[in-house]
Amino acid sequence: MTTTISADPTLALERSRPDTLPLTGVIASEATKFRSVRSTWWTLLCTAAMMVGFGVLFCYAYVARFDRLDARERLLFDPTLHSLRGLFLAQLAVGVLGVLIVTNEYATGMIRNTFAAVPQRSAVLAAKLVVFSAAALVVTTVSSFAAFLVGQSILSQKHVQASLSDPGVLRAVIGAALYLVGIGVLGVGLGVLLRRTAGAIATLVGLILVLPILAQALPSPWNTDVAKLLPDGAGQAILQVHHTTDSLSPLIGFALFCGYLAVILTAAFITLARRDA
Amino acid sequence: MIEIRDLAKRYGDTVAVDGLTFDVKPGWVTGFLGPNGAGKSTTMRLILGLDAPSRGTAKVNGRAYRDIHRPLFEVGALLEARGIHPGRSARDHLLALAQANGIPRGRVDHVLEMVGLASVAHKRAGGFSLGMNQRLGIAGALLGDPEVLLLDEPVNGLDPEGIIWIRTLLRGLAAEGRTVLLSSHLMSEMSMTAHRLIVIGRGRLIADTSVEEFIQRSSGNYVRVRSPEPDRLRALLAPHAQSLEDTDDGALLVGGLDCPTVADAAFEAGIRIHELAAETASLEEAYLELTQDSVEYRPDPPSDPRTQSVAAAPVT
Repeated sequence: MTTTISADPTLALERSRPDTLPLTGVIASEATKFRSVRSTWWTLLCTAAMMVGFGVLFCYAYVARFDRLDARERLLFDPTLHSLRGLFLAQLAVGVLGVLIVTNEYATGMIRNTFAAVPQRSAVLAAKLVVFSAAALVVTTVSSFAAFLVGQSILSQKHVQASLSDPGVLRAVIGAALYLVGIGVLGVGLGVLLRRTAGAIATLVGLILVLPILAQALPSPWNTDVAKLLPDGAGQAILQVHHTTDSLSPLIGFALFCGYLAVILTAAFITLARRDA
Repeated sequence: MIEIRDLAKRYGDTVAVDGLTFDVKPGWVTGFLGPNGAGKSTTMRLILGLDAPSRGTAKVNGRAYRDIHRPLFEVGALLEARGIHPGRSARDHLLALAQANGIPRGRVDHVLEMVGLASVAHKRAGGFSLGMNQRLGIAGALLGDPEVLLLDEPVNGLDPEGIIWIRTLLRGLAAEGRTVLLSSHLMSEMSMTAHRLIVIGRGRLIADTSVEEFIQRSSGNYVRVRSPEPDRLRALLAPHAQSLEDTDDGALLVGGLDCPTVADAAFEAGIRIHELAAETASLEEAYLELTQDSVEYRPDPPSDPRTQSVAAAPVT
Protein backbone atom coordinates (compact mmCIF):
# COMPACT_ATOMS: atom_id res chain seq x y z
CA MET A 1 0.00 0.00 0.00
CA THR A 2 1.31 3.40 -0.92
CA THR A 3 0.87 6.04 1.71
CA THR A 4 0.71 8.99 -0.69
CA ILE A 5 -2.53 7.76 -2.16
CA SER A 6 -4.50 6.83 0.89
CA ALA A 7 -7.60 8.95 1.37
CA ASP A 8 -6.63 12.62 1.35
CA PRO A 9 -7.75 14.16 4.68
CA THR A 10 -8.00 17.64 3.13
CA LEU A 11 -10.87 16.30 1.03
CA ALA A 12 -12.80 14.86 3.95
CA LEU A 13 -14.64 18.10 4.65
CA GLU A 14 -15.73 18.64 1.06
CA ARG A 15 -16.61 15.00 0.64
CA SER A 16 -18.87 15.11 3.67
CA ARG A 17 -20.94 17.98 2.28
CA PRO A 18 -24.43 17.22 1.03
CA ASP A 19 -24.50 15.84 -2.46
CA THR A 20 -25.85 18.85 -4.27
CA LEU A 21 -24.55 20.56 -7.34
CA PRO A 22 -22.71 23.78 -6.43
CA LEU A 23 -23.51 26.02 -9.37
CA THR A 24 -21.03 28.58 -8.06
CA GLY A 25 -18.35 25.93 -8.45
CA VAL A 26 -19.31 25.32 -12.06
CA ILE A 27 -19.20 29.06 -12.70
CA ALA A 28 -15.76 29.31 -11.04
CA SER A 29 -14.63 26.40 -13.20
CA GLU A 30 -15.84 28.07 -16.38
CA ALA A 31 -14.19 31.33 -15.31
CA THR A 32 -10.89 29.49 -14.89
CA LYS A 33 -11.21 27.96 -18.35
CA PHE A 34 -12.19 31.34 -19.80
CA ARG A 35 -9.25 33.29 -18.42
CA SER A 36 -6.61 30.60 -18.92
CA VAL A 37 -6.47 30.51 -22.71
CA ARG A 38 -4.98 33.25 -24.85
CA SER A 39 -7.76 33.30 -27.44
CA THR A 40 -10.03 34.90 -24.82
CA TRP A 41 -7.75 37.88 -24.35
CA TRP A 42 -7.00 38.25 -28.06
CA THR A 43 -10.64 38.26 -29.09
CA LEU A 44 -11.61 40.65 -26.29
CA LEU A 45 -8.75 42.97 -27.24
CA CYS A 46 -9.86 42.72 -30.86
CA THR A 47 -13.44 43.57 -29.91
CA ALA A 48 -12.33 46.71 -28.05
CA ALA A 49 -9.83 47.73 -30.74
CA MET A 50 -12.40 47.37 -33.56
CA MET A 51 -15.07 49.23 -31.62
CA VAL A 52 -12.89 52.18 -30.66
CA GLY A 53 -10.44 52.14 -33.57
CA PHE A 54 -13.00 52.07 -36.36
CA GLY A 55 -15.21 54.53 -34.49
CA VAL A 56 -12.33 56.99 -34.48
CA LEU A 57 -11.58 56.30 -38.13
CA PHE A 58 -15.20 56.86 -39.22
CA CYS A 59 -15.43 60.09 -37.24
CA TYR A 60 -12.22 61.48 -38.72
CA ALA A 61 -13.44 60.53 -42.19
CA TYR A 62 -16.70 62.37 -41.60
CA VAL A 63 -14.94 65.46 -40.34
CA ALA A 64 -12.68 65.42 -43.39
CA ARG A 65 -15.69 65.15 -45.72
CA PHE A 66 -17.89 67.53 -43.79
CA ASP A 67 -17.34 70.66 -45.89
CA ARG A 68 -18.39 68.86 -49.06
CA LEU A 69 -21.66 67.48 -47.65
CA ASP A 70 -24.98 69.03 -48.65
CA ALA A 71 -27.60 70.22 -46.18
CA ARG A 72 -29.69 67.04 -46.42
CA GLU A 73 -26.75 64.82 -45.62
CA ARG A 74 -25.85 67.00 -42.67
CA LEU A 75 -29.42 66.86 -41.44
CA LEU A 76 -29.61 63.05 -41.55
CA PHE A 77 -26.28 62.65 -39.79
CA ASP A 78 -26.48 60.69 -36.52
CA PRO A 79 -23.26 61.42 -34.61
CA THR A 80 -23.96 58.75 -31.97
CA LEU A 81 -24.51 55.96 -34.48
CA HIS A 82 -21.52 57.15 -36.47
CA SER A 83 -19.12 56.87 -33.55
CA LEU A 84 -20.39 53.35 -32.83
CA ARG A 85 -19.91 52.01 -36.36
CA GLY A 86 -16.93 49.92 -35.25
CA LEU A 87 -19.60 47.56 -34.01
CA PHE A 88 -19.91 46.02 -37.46
CA LEU A 89 -16.45 44.50 -37.06
CA ALA A 90 -16.40 44.21 -33.28
CA GLN A 91 -19.41 41.88 -33.48
CA LEU A 92 -17.29 39.38 -35.41
CA ALA A 93 -14.57 39.32 -32.75
CA VAL A 94 -16.98 38.94 -29.84
CA GLY A 95 -19.02 36.37 -31.78
CA VAL A 96 -15.88 34.32 -32.46
CA LEU A 97 -15.09 34.35 -28.75
CA GLY A 98 -18.58 33.05 -27.98
CA VAL A 99 -18.11 30.25 -30.51
CA LEU A 100 -14.61 29.38 -29.27
CA ILE A 101 -15.45 28.92 -25.60
CA VAL A 102 -17.64 26.01 -26.70
CA THR A 103 -15.95 24.60 -29.82
CA ASN A 104 -12.49 24.69 -28.18
CA GLU A 105 -13.74 22.06 -25.79
CA TYR A 106 -15.00 19.85 -28.58
CA ALA A 107 -11.82 20.29 -30.61
CA THR A 108 -9.55 19.31 -27.71
CA GLY A 109 -11.84 16.68 -26.19
CA MET A 110 -12.00 18.74 -22.98
CA ILE A 111 -15.78 18.61 -23.25
CA ARG A 112 -15.73 14.98 -22.10
CA ASN A 113 -13.71 15.87 -19.01
CA THR A 114 -16.12 18.74 -18.42
CA PHE A 115 -19.20 16.54 -18.65
CA ALA A 116 -17.55 13.78 -16.62
CA ALA A 117 -17.08 16.36 -13.86
CA VAL A 118 -20.53 17.93 -14.33
CA PRO A 119 -23.01 15.45 -15.82
CA GLN A 120 -25.73 18.11 -15.48
CA ARG A 121 -24.85 19.61 -18.83
CA SER A 122 -27.29 22.49 -18.73
CA ALA A 123 -25.39 23.76 -15.68
CA VAL A 124 -22.22 23.84 -17.77
CA LEU A 125 -23.87 25.82 -20.55
CA ALA A 126 -25.53 28.17 -18.07
CA ALA A 127 -22.18 28.78 -16.36
CA LYS A 128 -20.49 29.41 -19.71
CA LEU A 129 -23.17 31.98 -20.56
CA VAL A 130 -22.82 33.71 -17.19
CA VAL A 131 -19.03 33.94 -17.42
CA PHE A 132 -19.00 34.97 -21.05
CA SER A 133 -21.76 37.56 -20.68
CA ALA A 134 -20.18 39.14 -17.60
CA ALA A 135 -16.74 39.44 -19.16
CA ALA A 136 -18.05 40.52 -22.55
CA LEU A 137 -20.40 43.09 -21.00
CA VAL A 138 -17.51 44.79 -19.18
CA VAL A 139 -15.37 44.94 -22.32
CA THR A 140 -18.15 46.02 -24.69
CA THR A 141 -19.55 48.64 -22.31
CA VAL A 142 -16.14 50.22 -21.79
CA SER A 143 -15.43 50.05 -25.53
CA SER A 144 -18.79 51.48 -26.46
CA PHE A 145 -18.43 54.46 -24.12
CA ALA A 146 -14.84 54.98 -25.22
CA ALA A 147 -15.82 54.88 -28.90
CA PHE A 148 -18.65 57.33 -28.27
CA LEU A 149 -16.64 59.79 -26.17
CA VAL A 150 -13.56 59.78 -28.40
CA GLY A 151 -15.78 59.93 -31.51
CA GLN A 152 -17.75 62.91 -30.22
CA SER A 153 -14.60 64.79 -29.33
CA ILE A 154 -13.48 64.36 -32.94
CA LEU A 155 -16.88 65.38 -34.32
CA SER A 156 -16.87 68.43 -32.07
CA GLN A 157 -14.37 70.00 -34.50
CA LYS A 158 -17.38 70.56 -36.74
CA HIS A 159 -19.79 71.12 -33.83
CA VAL A 160 -21.96 68.15 -34.81
CA GLN A 161 -21.28 66.10 -31.68
CA ALA A 162 -23.90 64.46 -29.52
CA SER A 163 -23.96 64.34 -25.75
CA LEU A 164 -24.80 61.45 -23.44
CA SER A 165 -27.54 63.59 -21.96
CA ASP A 166 -29.29 64.00 -25.35
CA PRO A 167 -32.44 61.91 -25.64
CA GLY A 168 -31.79 58.36 -26.83
CA VAL A 169 -28.01 58.66 -26.80
CA LEU A 170 -27.32 56.79 -23.58
CA ARG A 171 -29.68 54.04 -24.72
CA ALA A 172 -27.76 53.74 -27.99
CA VAL A 173 -24.34 53.57 -26.30
CA ILE A 174 -25.42 50.97 -23.75
CA GLY A 175 -27.48 49.24 -26.44
CA ALA A 176 -24.37 48.80 -28.59
CA ALA A 177 -22.66 47.00 -25.72
CA LEU A 178 -25.72 44.80 -25.12
CA TYR A 179 -26.03 44.02 -28.82
CA LEU A 180 -22.40 42.87 -28.90
CA VAL A 181 -22.91 40.63 -25.86
CA GLY A 182 -25.98 39.24 -27.60
CA ILE A 183 -23.97 38.39 -30.72
CA GLY A 184 -21.46 36.60 -28.50
CA VAL A 185 -24.29 34.66 -26.86
CA LEU A 186 -25.48 33.75 -30.36
CA GLY A 187 -21.94 32.47 -30.99
CA VAL A 188 -22.11 30.31 -27.84
CA GLY A 189 -25.42 28.84 -28.98
CA LEU A 190 -24.14 28.13 -32.49
CA GLY A 191 -20.99 26.61 -31.00
CA VAL A 192 -23.10 24.15 -29.00
CA LEU A 193 -25.33 23.31 -31.95
CA LEU A 194 -22.54 22.84 -34.50
CA ARG A 195 -19.57 21.83 -32.28
CA ARG A 196 -17.06 22.77 -35.00
CA THR A 197 -15.28 26.12 -34.89
CA ALA A 198 -15.28 26.68 -38.63
CA GLY A 199 -18.90 25.72 -39.12
CA ALA A 200 -20.13 27.82 -36.22
CA ILE A 201 -18.18 30.91 -37.26
CA ALA A 202 -19.32 30.53 -40.89
CA THR A 203 -22.93 30.29 -39.72
CA LEU A 204 -22.52 33.32 -37.48
CA VAL A 205 -21.04 35.36 -40.33
CA GLY A 206 -23.85 34.15 -42.57
CA LEU A 207 -26.48 35.29 -40.10
CA ILE A 208 -25.09 38.72 -39.26
CA LEU A 209 -23.24 39.74 -42.43
CA VAL A 210 -24.42 37.72 -45.42
CA LEU A 211 -28.17 37.55 -44.76
CA PRO A 212 -28.51 41.36 -44.53
CA ILE A 213 -26.73 41.73 -47.88
CA LEU A 214 -29.00 39.15 -49.47
CA ALA A 215 -32.01 40.93 -47.99
CA GLN A 216 -30.86 44.21 -49.53
CA ALA A 217 -30.90 42.51 -52.92
CA LEU A 218 -34.66 41.93 -52.65
CA PRO A 219 -36.91 44.30 -54.58
CA SER A 220 -38.09 47.40 -52.70
CA PRO A 221 -39.83 47.68 -50.24
CA TRP A 222 -39.21 44.06 -49.22
CA ASN A 223 -35.50 44.71 -48.83
CA THR A 224 -35.87 47.06 -45.86
CA ASP A 225 -38.88 45.20 -44.50
CA VAL A 226 -36.95 41.95 -44.35
CA ALA A 227 -33.63 43.51 -43.30
CA LYS A 228 -35.10 45.14 -40.23
CA LEU A 229 -36.50 41.81 -39.06
CA LEU A 230 -33.18 39.93 -39.38
CA PRO A 231 -31.21 39.34 -36.16
CA ASP A 232 -28.65 42.07 -36.79
CA GLY A 233 -31.21 44.57 -38.11
CA ALA A 234 -33.52 43.99 -35.15
CA GLY A 235 -30.67 44.09 -32.63
CA GLN A 236 -29.15 47.26 -34.04
CA ALA A 237 -32.43 49.11 -33.88
CA ILE A 238 -31.43 50.04 -30.36
CA LEU A 239 -28.53 52.09 -31.79
CA GLN A 240 -30.90 54.51 -33.51
CA VAL A 241 -31.15 57.84 -31.76
CA HIS A 242 -33.51 59.18 -34.40
CA HIS A 243 -36.02 56.53 -35.29
CA THR A 244 -36.52 55.95 -39.03
CA THR A 245 -38.89 53.60 -40.86
CA ASP A 246 -35.88 51.58 -42.00
CA SER A 247 -35.73 49.91 -38.65
CA LEU A 248 -38.02 48.72 -35.88
CA SER A 249 -38.38 50.92 -32.84
CA PRO A 250 -35.37 50.50 -30.52
CA LEU A 251 -37.03 48.44 -27.82
CA ILE A 252 -39.21 46.30 -30.09
CA GLY A 253 -36.20 45.61 -32.29
CA PHE A 254 -34.06 44.59 -29.36
CA ALA A 255 -36.85 42.45 -27.95
CA LEU A 256 -37.05 40.61 -31.28
CA PHE A 257 -33.26 40.17 -31.19
CA CYS A 258 -33.53 38.66 -27.70
CA GLY A 259 -36.28 36.41 -29.05
CA TYR A 260 -33.90 35.06 -31.69
CA LEU A 261 -31.31 34.42 -28.99
CA ALA A 262 -33.89 32.64 -26.85
CA VAL A 263 -34.75 30.32 -29.75
CA ILE A 264 -31.09 29.48 -30.45
CA LEU A 265 -30.30 28.98 -26.76
CA THR A 266 -33.34 26.78 -26.19
CA ALA A 267 -32.25 24.61 -29.11
CA ALA A 268 -28.71 24.56 -27.67
CA PHE A 269 -29.83 23.48 -24.18
CA ILE A 270 -32.08 20.75 -25.56
CA THR A 271 -29.47 19.46 -28.01
CA LEU A 272 -26.72 19.45 -25.39
CA ALA A 273 -28.76 17.40 -22.94
CA ARG A 274 -29.79 14.79 -25.50
CA ARG A 275 -26.70 14.37 -27.64
CA ASP A 276 -23.79 12.01 -27.02
CA ALA A 277 -20.76 14.00 -25.93
CA MET B 1 -18.29 -1.09 -7.80
CA ILE B 2 -19.41 -0.82 -11.40
CA GLU B 3 -22.44 -2.80 -12.54
CA ILE B 4 -23.11 -3.23 -16.23
CA ARG B 5 -26.39 -4.88 -17.20
CA ASP B 6 -27.33 -5.77 -20.77
CA LEU B 7 -25.59 -2.63 -21.96
CA ALA B 8 -25.88 -1.86 -25.67
CA LYS B 9 -24.95 1.08 -27.85
CA ARG B 10 -25.68 1.54 -31.51
CA TYR B 11 -24.33 4.39 -33.64
CA GLY B 12 -26.47 4.43 -36.75
CA ASP B 13 -26.03 0.97 -38.24
CA THR B 14 -22.93 0.18 -36.24
CA VAL B 15 -23.40 -1.84 -33.07
CA ALA B 16 -20.52 -0.77 -30.82
CA VAL B 17 -21.63 -2.53 -27.64
CA ASP B 18 -24.03 -5.45 -27.80
CA GLY B 19 -25.57 -6.61 -24.54
CA LEU B 20 -22.69 -6.49 -22.06
CA THR B 21 -23.22 -7.68 -18.50
CA PHE B 22 -20.43 -7.68 -15.94
CA ASP B 23 -19.37 -6.26 -12.58
CA VAL B 24 -16.13 -4.51 -11.76
CA LYS B 25 -15.50 -5.25 -8.10
CA PRO B 26 -13.61 -3.21 -5.55
CA GLY B 27 -10.23 -4.38 -4.28
CA TRP B 28 -8.97 -5.58 -7.63
CA VAL B 29 -7.36 -4.09 -10.68
CA THR B 30 -9.62 -5.26 -13.49
CA GLY B 31 -8.12 -5.33 -16.96
CA PHE B 32 -10.42 -4.46 -19.83
CA LEU B 33 -9.26 -6.19 -22.97
CA GLY B 34 -10.46 -6.45 -26.50
CA PRO B 35 -9.30 -5.89 -30.08
CA ASN B 36 -9.54 -2.41 -31.61
CA GLY B 37 -13.17 -1.55 -32.18
CA ALA B 38 -14.36 -4.10 -29.62
CA GLY B 39 -16.23 -1.40 -27.72
CA LYS B 40 -13.93 -0.70 -24.76
CA SER B 41 -13.89 3.08 -25.09
CA THR B 42 -17.60 3.15 -25.87
CA THR B 43 -18.30 1.14 -22.73
CA MET B 44 -16.25 3.60 -20.68
CA ARG B 45 -18.15 6.55 -22.19
CA LEU B 46 -21.44 4.82 -21.39
CA ILE B 47 -20.36 4.26 -17.78
CA LEU B 48 -19.51 7.97 -17.52
CA GLY B 49 -22.85 9.02 -18.95
CA LEU B 50 -21.12 10.78 -21.85
CA ASP B 51 -23.06 8.69 -24.34
CA ALA B 52 -26.57 7.44 -23.69
CA PRO B 53 -27.01 3.66 -23.98
CA SER B 54 -29.40 2.27 -26.60
CA ARG B 55 -30.36 -0.39 -24.06
CA GLY B 56 -29.42 -1.55 -20.58
CA THR B 57 -27.78 0.23 -17.67
CA ALA B 58 -24.38 1.09 -16.30
CA LYS B 59 -24.27 1.94 -12.61
CA VAL B 60 -21.46 3.26 -10.47
CA ASN B 61 -21.83 2.62 -6.74
CA GLY B 62 -25.46 1.81 -7.37
CA ARG B 63 -26.32 4.98 -9.25
CA ALA B 64 -26.44 6.06 -12.86
CA TYR B 65 -23.48 8.40 -13.44
CA ARG B 66 -25.73 11.25 -14.56
CA ASP B 67 -27.45 11.19 -11.17
CA ILE B 68 -24.21 11.86 -9.31
CA HIS B 69 -23.89 15.54 -8.50
CA ARG B 70 -20.19 15.78 -7.71
CA PRO B 71 -18.87 12.73 -9.53
CA LEU B 72 -15.14 13.42 -9.21
CA PHE B 73 -15.34 12.43 -5.53
CA GLU B 74 -16.61 9.01 -6.61
CA VAL B 75 -15.22 8.32 -10.04
CA GLY B 76 -11.94 9.34 -11.67
CA ALA B 77 -11.53 8.80 -15.39
CA LEU B 78 -8.74 8.98 -17.91
CA LEU B 79 -10.40 9.02 -21.30
CA GLU B 80 -9.25 7.87 -24.68
CA ALA B 81 -9.01 11.44 -25.91
CA ARG B 82 -7.11 13.10 -23.10
CA GLY B 83 -9.05 16.32 -23.50
CA ILE B 84 -6.43 18.84 -22.49
CA HIS B 85 -6.42 22.29 -24.11
CA PRO B 86 -2.86 22.84 -25.37
CA GLY B 87 -2.95 26.53 -24.46
CA ARG B 88 -3.91 25.97 -20.84
CA SER B 89 -1.42 25.34 -18.05
CA ALA B 90 -1.43 22.01 -16.25
CA ARG B 91 -2.54 23.71 -13.04
CA ASP B 92 -5.39 25.66 -14.65
CA HIS B 93 -6.60 22.51 -16.39
CA LEU B 94 -6.85 20.69 -13.07
CA LEU B 95 -8.13 23.75 -11.23
CA ALA B 96 -11.07 24.07 -13.63
CA LEU B 97 -12.02 20.43 -13.03
CA ALA B 98 -11.54 20.77 -9.27
CA GLN B 99 -13.67 23.92 -8.99
CA ALA B 100 -16.52 22.26 -10.88
CA ASN B 101 -16.86 19.76 -8.02
CA GLY B 102 -15.85 21.98 -5.11
CA ILE B 103 -12.49 20.27 -4.64
CA PRO B 104 -10.12 22.57 -2.70
CA ARG B 105 -7.21 24.21 -4.54
CA GLY B 106 -4.65 22.51 -2.32
CA ARG B 107 -5.64 19.17 -3.77
CA VAL B 108 -4.64 20.38 -7.26
CA ASP B 109 -1.07 21.00 -6.12
CA HIS B 110 -1.11 17.71 -4.26
CA VAL B 111 -2.03 15.62 -7.31
CA LEU B 112 0.45 17.56 -9.45
CA GLU B 113 3.14 16.47 -7.01
CA MET B 114 1.86 12.90 -6.98
CA VAL B 115 2.22 12.57 -10.75
CA GLY B 116 5.52 14.45 -10.82
CA LEU B 117 4.36 17.54 -12.70
CA ALA B 118 4.72 20.12 -9.91
CA SER B 119 7.74 21.73 -11.58
CA VAL B 120 5.84 22.32 -14.84
CA ALA B 121 2.49 23.17 -13.26
CA HIS B 122 2.43 26.63 -14.83
CA LYS B 123 3.64 25.55 -18.25
CA ARG B 124 1.16 25.24 -21.08
CA ALA B 125 0.14 21.66 -21.79
CA GLY B 126 0.79 22.10 -25.53
CA GLY B 127 4.50 21.79 -24.84
CA PHE B 128 4.15 18.55 -22.90
CA SER B 129 5.40 15.19 -24.10
CA LEU B 130 2.94 12.33 -24.55
CA GLY B 131 4.02 10.94 -21.20
CA MET B 132 3.55 14.26 -19.41
CA ASN B 133 0.06 14.66 -20.89
CA GLN B 134 -0.66 11.17 -19.68
CA ARG B 135 0.44 12.07 -16.17
CA LEU B 136 -1.71 15.20 -16.30
CA GLY B 137 -4.70 13.09 -17.32
CA ILE B 138 -4.02 10.68 -14.46
CA ALA B 139 -3.75 13.64 -12.07
CA GLY B 140 -7.22 14.68 -13.23
CA ALA B 141 -8.55 11.20 -12.51
CA LEU B 142 -7.12 11.31 -8.97
CA LEU B 143 -8.39 14.83 -8.16
CA GLY B 144 -11.39 13.80 -6.07
CA ASP B 145 -9.59 10.88 -4.40
CA PRO B 146 -12.27 8.63 -5.96
CA GLU B 147 -13.35 5.13 -5.02
CA VAL B 148 -13.68 4.12 -8.64
CA LEU B 149 -11.09 4.66 -11.37
CA LEU B 150 -11.59 4.18 -15.11
CA LEU B 151 -8.40 4.43 -17.11
CA ASP B 152 -8.27 4.03 -20.87
CA GLU B 153 -4.75 3.08 -21.98
CA PRO B 154 -2.98 4.77 -19.06
CA VAL B 155 0.50 3.55 -19.92
CA ASN B 156 0.49 4.93 -23.48
CA GLY B 157 3.55 7.10 -23.93
CA LEU B 158 4.94 6.52 -20.45
CA ASP B 159 8.61 5.64 -20.05
CA PRO B 160 9.58 2.45 -18.17
CA GLU B 161 9.84 4.38 -14.92
CA GLY B 162 6.37 5.83 -15.50
CA ILE B 163 4.94 2.40 -16.28
CA ILE B 164 6.28 0.98 -13.02
CA TRP B 165 4.93 4.05 -11.21
CA ILE B 166 1.41 3.61 -12.56
CA ARG B 167 1.49 -0.15 -11.95
CA THR B 168 2.41 0.44 -8.31
CA LEU B 169 -0.14 3.23 -8.02
CA LEU B 170 -3.02 1.20 -9.43
CA ARG B 171 -2.28 -1.92 -7.40
CA GLY B 172 -1.94 0.29 -4.33
CA LEU B 173 -5.29 1.94 -5.00
CA ALA B 174 -6.92 -1.46 -5.45
CA ALA B 175 -5.30 -2.72 -2.24
CA GLU B 176 -7.04 0.17 -0.45
CA GLY B 177 -10.32 -1.33 -1.58
CA ARG B 178 -10.93 0.85 -4.59
CA THR B 179 -12.37 -0.26 -7.90
CA VAL B 180 -9.93 0.04 -10.80
CA LEU B 181 -10.85 -0.68 -14.40
CA LEU B 182 -8.09 -0.25 -16.93
CA SER B 183 -7.77 -0.93 -20.60
CA SER B 184 -4.46 -1.55 -22.29
CA HIS B 185 -3.12 -3.09 -25.43
CA LEU B 186 0.08 -4.12 -23.71
CA MET B 187 -0.50 -7.69 -22.59
CA SER B 188 2.70 -7.98 -20.61
CA GLU B 189 1.72 -4.84 -18.74
CA MET B 190 -1.77 -6.14 -18.16
CA SER B 191 -0.50 -9.46 -16.82
CA MET B 192 1.65 -7.59 -14.30
CA THR B 193 -0.96 -5.02 -13.24
CA ALA B 194 -4.37 -6.67 -13.42
CA HIS B 195 -5.85 -9.27 -11.10
CA ARG B 196 -9.00 -9.84 -13.05
CA LEU B 197 -9.86 -9.60 -16.73
CA ILE B 198 -12.89 -8.63 -18.71
CA VAL B 199 -12.43 -9.49 -22.36
CA ILE B 200 -14.82 -8.23 -25.01
CA GLY B 201 -14.96 -8.64 -28.77
CA ARG B 202 -17.37 -7.05 -31.23
CA GLY B 203 -19.21 -5.50 -28.33
CA ARG B 204 -19.89 -8.81 -26.58
CA LEU B 205 -18.43 -10.33 -23.43
CA ILE B 206 -15.89 -13.07 -24.16
CA ALA B 207 -14.47 -13.67 -20.70
CA ASP B 208 -14.86 -12.41 -17.14
CA THR B 209 -12.31 -14.20 -15.03
CA SER B 210 -9.06 -13.97 -13.06
CA VAL B 211 -5.80 -13.57 -14.96
CA GLU B 212 -4.53 -17.01 -13.78
CA GLU B 213 -7.73 -18.77 -14.78
CA PHE B 214 -7.72 -17.03 -18.11
CA ILE B 215 -4.24 -18.28 -18.93
CA GLN B 216 -4.93 -21.77 -17.58
CA ARG B 217 -7.97 -22.12 -19.77
CA SER B 218 -5.90 -21.38 -22.80
CA SER B 219 -4.83 -24.32 -24.94
CA GLY B 220 -1.36 -22.86 -25.04
CA ASN B 221 -0.32 -24.80 -21.92
CA TYR B 222 2.13 -27.65 -22.45
CA VAL B 223 4.31 -30.07 -20.60
CA ARG B 224 7.79 -30.07 -21.98
CA VAL B 225 9.37 -33.49 -21.61
CA ARG B 226 12.71 -34.89 -22.80
CA SER B 227 13.60 -38.55 -22.80
CA PRO B 228 16.37 -40.72 -24.30
CA GLU B 229 13.55 -42.96 -25.55
CA PRO B 230 11.33 -40.43 -27.36
CA ASP B 231 9.56 -42.94 -29.58
CA ARG B 232 8.39 -45.09 -26.66
CA LEU B 233 7.28 -41.97 -24.78
CA ARG B 234 5.37 -40.68 -27.79
CA ALA B 235 3.60 -44.02 -28.20
CA LEU B 236 2.74 -44.05 -24.50
CA LEU B 237 1.29 -40.51 -24.41
CA ALA B 238 -0.39 -40.41 -27.81
CA PRO B 239 -3.74 -41.90 -26.74
CA HIS B 240 -4.10 -39.47 -23.80
CA ALA B 241 -2.62 -36.18 -24.93
CA GLN B 242 -4.56 -33.55 -26.85
CA SER B 243 -1.46 -32.74 -28.85
CA LEU B 244 2.08 -33.96 -29.24
CA GLU B 245 4.77 -31.93 -30.87
CA ASP B 246 8.50 -32.40 -31.37
CA THR B 247 10.59 -29.35 -30.69
CA ASP B 248 13.74 -28.43 -32.62
CA ASP B 249 15.94 -29.45 -29.72
CA GLY B 250 14.50 -32.95 -29.41
CA ALA B 251 12.01 -32.43 -26.60
CA LEU B 252 8.32 -33.30 -26.74
CA LEU B 253 5.55 -30.76 -26.11
CA VAL B 254 2.54 -32.47 -24.61
CA GLY B 255 -0.78 -30.70 -24.67
CA GLY B 256 -3.72 -31.55 -22.40
CA LEU B 257 -1.80 -33.39 -19.66
CA ASP B 258 -0.11 -32.02 -16.55
CA CYS B 259 3.37 -32.77 -15.23
CA PRO B 260 2.44 -35.38 -12.59
CA THR B 261 0.40 -37.39 -15.10
CA VAL B 262 3.24 -37.46 -17.63
CA ALA B 263 5.83 -38.31 -14.95
CA ASP B 264 3.73 -41.11 -13.39
CA ALA B 265 2.93 -42.65 -16.76
CA ALA B 266 6.61 -42.64 -17.73
CA PHE B 267 7.57 -44.15 -14.37
CA GLU B 268 5.03 -46.98 -14.68
CA ALA B 269 6.23 -47.75 -18.21
CA GLY B 270 9.85 -47.57 -17.11
CA ILE B 271 10.72 -44.73 -19.48
CA ARG B 272 13.58 -42.53 -18.28
CA ILE B 273 12.98 -38.81 -18.27
CA HIS B 274 15.74 -36.19 -18.39
CA GLU B 275 13.65 -33.04 -18.37
CA LEU B 276 10.11 -32.26 -17.32
CA ALA B 277 8.67 -28.77 -17.20
CA ALA B 278 5.32 -27.04 -17.40
CA GLU B 279 5.07 -24.33 -20.04
CA THR B 280 2.27 -21.87 -19.55
CA ALA B 281 0.94 -19.69 -22.26
CA SER B 282 1.52 -15.97 -21.99
CA LEU B 283 -1.47 -13.72 -21.49
CA GLU B 284 -0.89 -12.56 -25.02
CA GLU B 285 -1.23 -16.07 -26.44
CA ALA B 286 -4.30 -16.77 -24.37
CA TYR B 287 -5.81 -13.47 -25.46
CA LEU B 288 -5.11 -13.95 -29.15
CA GLU B 289 -6.53 -17.45 -29.08
CA LEU B 290 -9.71 -16.26 -27.44
CA THR B 291 -10.29 -13.20 -29.56
CA GLN B 292 -9.25 -14.46 -32.96
CA ASP B 293 -12.86 -14.75 -34.08
CA SER B 294 -13.80 -11.28 -32.96
CA VAL B 295 -11.05 -9.15 -34.46
CA GLU B 296 -12.68 -6.50 -36.54
CA TYR B 297 -9.64 -5.33 -38.47
CA ARG B 298 -7.22 -8.04 -39.42
CA PRO B 299 -4.40 -7.90 -41.95
CA ASP B 300 -5.18 -10.26 -44.79
CA PRO B 301 -3.17 -12.38 -45.32
CA PRO B 302 -1.29 -12.20 -42.01
CA SER B 303 2.10 -10.90 -43.02
CA ASP B 304 3.94 -10.77 -39.72
CA PRO B 305 5.65 -14.13 -39.15
CA ARG B 306 5.59 -13.60 -35.38
CA THR B 307 1.81 -13.30 -35.26
CA GLN B 308 1.54 -16.37 -37.45
CA SER B 309 3.68 -18.56 -35.22
CA VAL B 310 1.72 -17.52 -32.14
CA ALA B 311 -1.59 -18.19 -33.81
CA ALA B 312 -0.33 -21.52 -35.14
CA ALA B 313 1.08 -22.72 -31.83
CA PRO B 314 -1.85 -24.83 -30.59
CA VAL B 315 -2.24 -26.63 -33.91
CA THR B 316 -0.55 -30.02 -34.19
